[in-house]
Amino acid sequence: MKNTGTLKVTMPTDREIVLTRVFDAPRHLVFDAFTKPELLKRWFGPHGWSLALCEVDLRVGGTFRFVLRRPDGTEMGMRGVYREITPPESSVHMESFDDYPGESQVSTALVERGGQTTLTATVLYPAKEVRDAVINSGMEHGAAESYDKLAELLPSIPARENSEDAA
Amino acid sequence: MQPKGYEQLTPARLDATFAALADPTRRAILARLASGEASVTELAEPFAISQPAISKHLKVLERAGLISRGRDAQRRPRRLEAKPLAEATEWLERYRRVLEGNFQRLDALLDELKITEKKHGRSKH
Repeated sequence: MKNTGTLKVTMPTDREIVLTRVFDAPRHLVFDAFTKPELLKRWFGPHGWSLALCEVDLRVGGTFRFVLRRPDGTEMGMRGVYREITPPESSVHMESFDDYPGESQVSTALVERGGQTTLTATVLYPAKEVRDAVINSGMEHGAAESYDKLAELLPSIPARENSEDAA
Repeated sequence: MQPKGYEQLTPARLDATFAALADPTRRAILARLASGEASVTELAEPFAISQPAISKHLKVLERAGLISRGRDAQRRPRRLEAKPLAEATEWLERYRRVLEGNFQRLDALLDELKITEKKHGRSKH
Protein backbone atom coordinates (compact mmCIF):
# COMPACT_ATOMS: atom_id res chain seq x y z
CA MET A 1 0.00 0.00 0.00
CA LYS A 2 1.37 3.38 -1.03
CA ASN A 3 -0.08 5.45 1.79
CA THR A 4 -2.33 4.77 4.69
CA GLY A 5 -3.77 8.29 4.81
CA THR A 6 -3.08 9.48 8.28
CA LEU A 7 -4.59 12.95 7.95
CA LYS A 8 -7.02 13.85 10.73
CA VAL A 9 -9.36 16.80 10.43
CA THR A 10 -11.27 18.12 13.43
CA MET A 11 -13.35 21.20 14.14
CA PRO A 12 -12.92 22.00 17.84
CA THR A 13 -14.93 25.23 17.56
CA ASP A 14 -17.12 27.07 15.06
CA ARG A 15 -14.20 28.97 13.57
CA GLU A 16 -11.37 26.46 13.73
CA ILE A 17 -10.03 23.51 11.81
CA VAL A 18 -7.20 21.37 13.14
CA LEU A 19 -5.22 19.20 10.74
CA THR A 20 -2.91 16.45 12.04
CA ARG A 21 -0.70 14.44 9.70
CA VAL A 22 2.36 12.22 10.16
CA PHE A 23 5.16 12.40 7.59
CA ASP A 24 7.87 9.79 7.22
CA ALA A 25 10.69 12.35 7.25
CA PRO A 26 12.68 14.45 9.72
CA ARG A 27 11.06 17.76 10.54
CA HIS A 28 13.66 20.03 8.96
CA LEU A 29 12.67 18.55 5.60
CA VAL A 30 8.95 19.04 6.35
CA PHE A 31 9.65 22.61 7.44
CA ASP A 32 11.56 23.25 4.20
CA ALA A 33 8.75 21.75 2.13
CA PHE A 34 6.30 24.20 3.72
CA THR A 35 8.47 27.30 3.39
CA LYS A 36 10.72 27.02 0.29
CA PRO A 37 9.05 28.12 -2.95
CA GLU A 38 10.90 25.62 -5.16
CA LEU A 39 9.57 22.81 -2.92
CA LEU A 40 6.08 24.26 -2.36
CA LYS A 41 5.59 24.39 -6.14
CA ARG A 42 5.94 20.62 -6.27
CA TRP A 43 3.15 19.65 -3.90
CA PHE A 44 0.98 22.55 -2.69
CA GLY A 45 -2.66 22.66 -3.81
CA PRO A 46 -5.32 20.14 -4.82
CA HIS A 47 -4.57 17.56 -7.55
CA GLY A 48 -4.35 19.17 -10.98
CA TRP A 49 -3.80 22.70 -9.63
CA SER A 50 -0.42 24.36 -9.96
CA LEU A 51 1.36 27.10 -8.06
CA ALA A 52 1.74 29.68 -10.82
CA LEU A 53 3.35 32.14 -8.42
CA CYS A 54 5.05 31.41 -5.11
CA GLU A 55 7.01 34.07 -3.24
CA VAL A 56 8.09 33.66 0.38
CA ASP A 57 9.96 36.13 2.57
CA LEU A 58 10.58 33.86 5.54
CA ARG A 59 11.13 36.21 8.48
CA VAL A 60 8.88 37.68 11.17
CA GLY A 61 6.89 40.41 9.44
CA GLY A 62 7.82 38.97 6.04
CA THR A 63 5.06 38.27 3.54
CA PHE A 64 4.20 35.48 1.13
CA ARG A 65 2.14 35.44 -2.01
CA PHE A 66 0.74 32.32 -3.74
CA VAL A 67 -1.27 32.17 -6.95
CA LEU A 68 -2.91 28.79 -7.55
CA ARG A 69 -3.99 27.94 -11.09
CA ARG A 70 -6.90 25.56 -11.49
CA PRO A 71 -7.05 22.97 -14.28
CA ASP A 72 -9.48 25.23 -16.18
CA GLY A 73 -6.89 28.04 -16.15
CA THR A 74 -8.64 30.28 -13.62
CA GLU A 75 -6.56 31.45 -10.70
CA MET A 76 -6.97 31.81 -6.96
CA GLY A 77 -4.62 34.09 -5.07
CA MET A 78 -3.67 34.02 -1.43
CA ARG A 79 -1.31 36.13 0.62
CA GLY A 80 -0.09 36.40 4.16
CA VAL A 81 2.44 37.55 6.69
CA TYR A 82 4.62 35.59 9.12
CA ARG A 83 4.07 36.40 12.80
CA GLU A 84 6.39 33.85 14.45
CA ILE A 85 9.03 31.57 12.99
CA THR A 86 11.01 28.95 14.94
CA PRO A 87 12.69 26.69 12.38
CA PRO A 88 12.22 23.80 12.14
CA GLU A 89 9.59 23.40 14.88
CA SER A 90 6.86 25.97 14.51
CA SER A 91 5.43 29.03 12.80
CA VAL A 92 2.42 31.30 12.99
CA HIS A 93 1.19 33.19 9.98
CA MET A 94 -1.85 35.14 8.89
CA GLU A 95 -3.35 34.35 5.50
CA SER A 96 -6.17 35.61 3.32
CA PHE A 97 -7.68 34.58 0.01
CA ASP A 98 -8.27 37.14 -2.75
CA ASP A 99 -11.79 35.74 -3.22
CA TYR A 100 -12.89 35.64 0.42
CA PRO A 101 -13.08 38.40 3.00
CA GLY A 102 -11.16 38.20 6.24
CA GLU A 103 -7.84 36.86 7.48
CA SER A 104 -7.15 33.45 9.06
CA GLN A 105 -4.44 32.63 11.55
CA VAL A 106 -2.48 29.46 10.89
CA SER A 107 -0.38 27.99 13.72
CA THR A 108 1.86 25.13 12.67
CA ALA A 109 3.78 22.80 14.99
CA LEU A 110 6.16 20.04 13.89
CA VAL A 111 7.14 17.31 16.35
CA GLU A 112 9.78 14.77 15.34
CA ARG A 113 9.94 11.28 16.83
CA GLY A 114 11.94 8.36 15.48
CA GLY A 115 12.55 10.04 12.16
CA GLN A 116 8.85 10.77 11.65
CA THR A 117 7.27 14.19 11.93
CA THR A 118 3.79 15.00 13.18
CA LEU A 119 2.34 18.18 11.74
CA THR A 120 -0.42 19.93 13.66
CA ALA A 121 -1.88 22.94 11.89
CA THR A 122 -4.58 24.98 13.60
CA VAL A 123 -6.45 27.34 11.31
CA LEU A 124 -8.51 30.02 13.04
CA TYR A 125 -10.93 31.61 10.56
CA PRO A 126 -12.34 35.13 10.99
CA ALA A 127 -15.85 33.68 10.73
CA LYS A 128 -17.55 30.36 10.33
CA GLU A 129 -18.77 31.40 6.86
CA VAL A 130 -15.19 31.87 5.66
CA ARG A 131 -14.20 28.49 7.05
CA ASP A 132 -17.08 26.78 5.25
CA ALA A 133 -16.45 28.66 1.99
CA VAL A 134 -12.77 27.69 1.97
CA ILE A 135 -13.60 24.05 2.62
CA ASN A 136 -16.29 24.01 -0.04
CA SER A 137 -14.05 25.56 -2.66
CA GLY A 138 -11.60 22.70 -2.11
CA MET A 139 -14.35 20.10 -2.30
CA GLU A 140 -15.90 21.36 -5.51
CA HIS A 141 -12.60 20.49 -7.01
CA GLY A 142 -12.43 17.28 -5.03
CA ALA A 143 -15.56 16.05 -6.78
CA ALA A 144 -14.11 16.93 -10.19
CA GLU A 145 -10.95 15.10 -9.24
CA SER A 146 -12.89 11.91 -8.57
CA TYR A 147 -14.48 12.14 -12.01
CA ASP A 148 -11.03 12.58 -13.56
CA LYS A 149 -9.86 9.43 -11.85
CA LEU A 150 -12.93 7.56 -13.04
CA ALA A 151 -12.27 8.76 -16.59
CA GLU A 152 -8.71 7.46 -16.36
CA LEU A 153 -9.88 4.13 -15.05
CA LEU A 154 -12.70 3.45 -17.50
CA PRO A 155 -10.66 2.75 -20.67
CA SER A 156 -8.53 0.21 -18.79
CA ILE A 157 -11.46 -1.89 -17.60
CA PRO A 158 -12.27 -3.85 -20.81
CA ALA A 159 -8.58 -4.80 -21.10
CA ARG A 160 -8.61 -6.47 -17.71
CA GLU A 161 -10.25 -9.81 -18.25
CA ASN A 162 -11.56 -11.72 -15.27
CA SER A 163 -10.56 -8.84 -13.04
CA GLU A 164 -13.28 -9.88 -10.63
CA ASP A 165 -11.54 -13.20 -10.08
CA ALA A 166 -8.24 -11.58 -9.22
CA ALA A 167 -7.55 -11.86 -5.52
CA MET B 1 -20.78 37.66 -2.16
CA GLN B 2 -20.84 33.90 -1.86
CA PRO B 3 -18.54 31.76 -3.95
CA LYS B 4 -20.11 29.42 -6.46
CA GLY B 5 -21.46 26.23 -4.97
CA TYR B 6 -21.53 27.55 -1.42
CA GLU B 7 -25.30 27.48 -1.13
CA GLN B 8 -25.97 23.89 -2.15
CA LEU B 9 -22.92 22.47 -0.39
CA THR B 10 -23.64 24.11 2.95
CA PRO B 11 -27.35 23.74 3.52
CA ALA B 12 -28.77 25.42 6.60
CA ARG B 13 -28.99 22.04 8.28
CA LEU B 14 -25.26 21.41 8.01
CA ASP B 15 -24.63 24.85 9.50
CA ALA B 16 -26.99 24.07 12.35
CA THR B 17 -25.28 20.71 12.91
CA PHE B 18 -21.82 22.23 13.21
CA ALA B 19 -23.07 25.10 15.38
CA ALA B 20 -24.72 22.57 17.68
CA LEU B 21 -21.56 20.46 17.84
CA ALA B 22 -19.34 23.42 18.70
CA ASP B 23 -20.21 23.22 22.39
CA PRO B 24 -18.66 20.73 24.85
CA THR B 25 -21.85 20.28 26.93
CA ARG B 26 -23.87 19.51 23.81
CA ARG B 27 -21.24 17.06 22.61
CA ALA B 28 -21.36 15.37 26.03
CA ILE B 29 -25.17 15.16 25.81
CA LEU B 30 -24.90 13.51 22.39
CA ALA B 31 -22.30 11.09 23.72
CA ARG B 32 -24.67 10.16 26.56
CA LEU B 33 -27.58 9.70 24.12
CA ALA B 34 -25.42 7.48 21.92
CA SER B 35 -25.78 4.81 24.63
CA GLY B 36 -29.57 5.10 24.71
CA GLU B 37 -32.43 7.56 25.20
CA ALA B 38 -32.67 9.61 28.41
CA SER B 39 -35.02 12.09 30.09
CA VAL B 40 -34.08 15.74 30.68
CA THR B 41 -33.53 15.00 34.40
CA GLU B 42 -31.24 12.08 33.59
CA LEU B 43 -29.33 14.20 31.09
CA ALA B 44 -28.87 17.06 33.59
CA GLU B 45 -27.46 14.77 36.31
CA PRO B 46 -23.79 14.58 35.28
CA PHE B 47 -23.53 18.33 34.59
CA ALA B 48 -22.96 21.09 37.12
CA ILE B 49 -25.54 23.28 35.41
CA SER B 50 -29.23 23.85 35.95
CA GLN B 51 -32.01 21.95 34.27
CA PRO B 52 -33.19 25.08 32.35
CA ALA B 53 -29.66 25.44 30.98
CA ILE B 54 -29.72 21.80 29.85
CA SER B 55 -33.14 22.40 28.27
CA LYS B 56 -31.64 25.28 26.26
CA HIS B 57 -28.88 22.99 24.95
CA LEU B 58 -31.48 20.36 24.11
CA LYS B 59 -33.46 22.94 22.11
CA VAL B 60 -30.36 23.75 20.04
CA LEU B 61 -29.74 20.05 19.42
CA GLU B 62 -33.37 19.50 18.53
CA ARG B 63 -33.44 22.42 16.07
CA ALA B 64 -30.34 20.96 14.41
CA GLY B 65 -32.20 17.66 14.07
CA LEU B 66 -29.56 15.89 16.15
CA ILE B 67 -32.04 14.66 18.75
CA SER B 68 -35.76 13.94 18.88
CA ARG B 69 -38.32 13.15 21.57
CA GLY B 70 -39.45 9.64 22.33
CA ARG B 71 -43.07 8.51 22.63
CA ASP B 72 -43.32 8.27 26.40
CA ALA B 73 -45.38 11.41 27.19
CA GLN B 74 -44.41 11.39 30.88
CA ARG B 75 -40.61 11.15 30.62
CA ARG B 76 -40.35 12.74 27.18
CA PRO B 77 -37.02 10.99 26.64
CA ARG B 78 -34.59 12.48 24.13
CA ARG B 79 -32.86 10.24 21.64
CA LEU B 80 -30.07 10.63 19.15
CA GLU B 81 -30.86 11.13 15.45
CA ALA B 82 -28.01 9.69 13.44
CA LYS B 83 -28.58 11.21 9.99
CA PRO B 84 -27.39 14.82 10.46
CA LEU B 85 -24.26 13.58 12.23
CA ALA B 86 -23.56 11.23 9.36
CA GLU B 87 -23.99 14.10 6.88
CA ALA B 88 -21.60 16.34 8.81
CA THR B 89 -19.04 13.54 8.99
CA GLU B 90 -19.34 12.94 5.25
CA TRP B 91 -18.81 16.65 4.53
CA LEU B 92 -15.63 16.68 6.60
CA GLU B 93 -14.48 13.38 5.09
CA ARG B 94 -14.66 14.79 1.56
CA TYR B 95 -12.53 17.75 2.63
CA ARG B 96 -10.09 15.38 4.32
CA ARG B 97 -9.70 13.32 1.15
CA VAL B 98 -8.84 16.39 -0.96
CA LEU B 99 -6.17 17.47 1.53
CA GLU B 100 -4.86 13.93 1.90
CA GLY B 101 -4.24 13.84 -1.87
CA ASN B 102 -2.25 17.03 -1.49
CA PHE B 103 -0.19 15.58 1.35
CA GLN B 104 0.50 12.37 -0.57
CA ARG B 105 2.33 14.48 -3.14
CA LEU B 106 4.29 15.96 -0.24
CA ASP B 107 5.12 12.39 0.94
CA ALA B 108 6.67 11.66 -2.45
CA LEU B 109 8.66 14.90 -2.36
CA LEU B 110 9.92 14.16 1.18
CA ASP B 111 11.07 10.69 0.11
CA GLU B 112 13.06 12.33 -2.64
CA LEU B 113 14.54 14.95 -0.27
CA LYS B 114 15.60 12.22 2.17
CA ILE B 115 17.51 10.41 -0.61
CA THR B 116 19.17 13.64 -1.77
CA GLU B 117 20.23 14.39 1.79
CA LYS B 118 21.69 10.89 2.28
CA LYS B 119 23.75 11.29 -0.88
CA HIS B 120 25.00 14.80 -0.28
CA GLY B 121 24.79 15.06 3.51
CA ARG B 122 23.49 18.00 5.44
CA SER B 123 25.15 20.58 7.59
CA LYS B 124 24.13 19.80 11.17
CA HIS B 125 23.08 22.65 13.42
